[in-house]
Amino acid sequence: MATMTVTPKKKNWFVRFMNMDTSGSKGGSEKLPLYRQLGIQLLCILITIEVMFPIMYIITLSLSSTGVRPSKLELFPKEISLVAFKEVLSRPTANPVDFITLLRNSALLSITVGLVSLLIAVSAAYAFARFKFKMRQVLMIMVFIPLLMPAVGLSTPLFLLMNSLRVVDCSAGVTAIYPFTECVAGVTGKVMFNLRDSLLGVGIAMLATALPFAVWNLKGYLDTIPKELEEAAAIDGADSNQIFYQIVLPLAMPQLAVTFFLGFIGYWQEFVLPWLFLTKPQDYTLAMTLYNMTGQYANSIPWNRFAAMAIIVALPVAIVYILLQRQIVSGLTAGGVKG
Amino acid sequence: MATRSVTMKGKTDIRRALQPYIYLLPAFLVLGVITFYPLVYQVIISFTDFQTKDLLLGLNSPKLQFIGLQNYKEIIFGGLPVQNFDFVRVLFYNLWWAVSNVVLHVPAGVLIAVLLNVKGIWFKKIYRAIYVLPVVIPPIVVGTVWRNIFNEQYGAMNQVLTTIVQFFGVADPVRLRWLESLKAPIEWLLPTGALPLAYYAMMIANFWLGWPFMTLVATGALQSIPRELYEAAEIDGASKSFQFWNVTVPLIRPAMIPAAMYGFTLSFNLFNFVFFMTAGGPNRMTEILVTFAYDLVRNLRLYGVAGAFAVIIFFVAIGIFLVTNRLTRATESYAES
Repeated sequence: MATMTVTPKKKNWFVRFMNMDTSGSKGGSEKLPLYRQLGIQLLCILITIEVMFPIMYIITLSLSSTGVRPSKLELFPKEISLVAFKEVLSRPTANPVDFITLLRNSALLSITVGLVSLLIAVSAAYAFARFKFKMRQVLMIMVFIPLLMPAVGLSTPLFLLMNSLRVVDCSAGVTAIYPFTECVAGVTGKVMFNLRDSLLGVGIAMLATALPFAVWNLKGYLDTIPKELEEAAAIDGADSNQIFYQIVLPLAMPQLAVTFFLGFIGYWQEFVLPWLFLTKPQDYTLAMTLYNMTGQYANSIPWNRFAAMAIIVALPVAIVYILLQRQIVSGLTAGGVKG
Repeated sequence: MATRSVTMKGKTDIRRALQPYIYLLPAFLVLGVITFYPLVYQVIISFTDFQTKDLLLGLNSPKLQFIGLQNYKEIIFGGLPVQNFDFVRVLFYNLWWAVSNVVLHVPAGVLIAVLLNVKGIWFKKIYRAIYVLPVVIPPIVVGTVWRNIFNEQYGAMNQVLTTIVQFFGVADPVRLRWLESLKAPIEWLLPTGALPLAYYAMMIANFWLGWPFMTLVATGALQSIPRELYEAAEIDGASKSFQFWNVTVPLIRPAMIPAAMYGFTLSFNLFNFVFFMTAGGPNRMTEILVTFAYDLVRNLRLYGVAGAFAVIIFFVAIGIFLVTNRLTRATESYAES
């Protein structure tokens, strides 16, 4: 490690481009023989074709103006028409709901759940990372148990419990909140609000798994922050609330952001809970609509419109992922196994 | 004076002892209501015949019956009013699905990372940028797009195959029923149940989705290997393949094992991709545990059975966690072992 070689002056980008030197490595002590270079290039191009095949396929579909399904393979757009995107933006499916509503529902759910889970989780994560107290082990296992459960596993009880919570108009100006109060015997009122069949209910159900994940993920990160700063602050007379708000929180900001975006990525494409809970078209999300546009329900949906929708659903996640790639990969592989 | 300071000290001691619990309070209040209570509720209903008739009144429903372990028995030994479901077959298919994916993704990911790590390759950064694309696209989109690619009539896969066979003089277009065919191309492959063509279609699609993540992890690990090690091996006259097996592999192992375990757990519970691509079909032949659990709630509406099934899934998940965790720990670091 100690032998740092003197790095030659970095060639400017033009010279590097002309020499096709994209390795980013400094100096050219050894040169790759041409036959090996070409062989590797051939392999790389084959892999590129494999990767780009579905992507080019879907881009080409989305840019075509014909709603007819493709009868032969086209991987490069012949025309650049935004008809499909326009159609999707005005009316995605046969359901009476417009694109803006779908977008709002998806964004509202993923952003709110991400933020709320962070707000509630961060102090608990701090307690687990820094304090020694009775029951620490037991409480940590309790937080870990829902993480072991696949997301589908909690959907049954959440569905049943929230389904029984409803506001009913019993007529004659009386409202009842089931299961706490009931209408007079014999009166079946009109259901005005059912927690299960609402965005609020779906958000709560998402939070049920988002929260343990946030606690665990943040705890893993706080464990890695050196304690010296906090100890120094304690010597200077800061109490632990001050330490938490003025030292730990600012230090944890990057990880708070990563945890938020991990939640955002996950809940943007959340399908299980909304599809199970929601029945009113104005509550539908983008992920549900994408499913509506494929498979057995979608015989009448033109594929160019489906392709446009697929690209629209994928874009926000892809952008966030590309911006935070390094942090996300290290966060997933490190945080997942930390004890 | 002395007593006062003692009580003060006592007070701060109590405050200090309570402090962690105060920090934990908000999270545990919320978790208690929306996570732990539902988990307990789930266990309770798993002993009942909870169905649509009980939806309104829940556990207070007069028609609700406690039936002991019957749900568990029926799930494991058969007897559910559900067609084409056999717990052992689904469990083994699920395990096989996860294993066969990881076994393909990890070596492919490592090899491609090694390929791109060769010094002096042209366009290295462009390739790296392209190869990361499958990782950033949401699995629900990947699932739906590949579902259309494997469409019998209009799908791109059959069109590609048609182009290929036309080279060999076959005029008929290829019409493989990728996602619907019930026939197993290789009948002896999995003794507990045949693997339909849809399984291979999903393997192709999930391979596309899976190896780039492994390449990403492997690239990070490769770049942390000091170049001096290879130079030393070179001086000692070690061949390239010897260097790969004796320098590269041991040094990226601490990064690849956790990634492989993560990939295994992910594939095992890969709900979105499987549901969007085949929804477990045809005839539940590509059903995994989580998609069946969803079917129990969403379509079959056997809530009691769904509760029991979720409890079983939970124990399977614990088993998998313990095994993968132990494997990860055992191979954690080359230096420490």
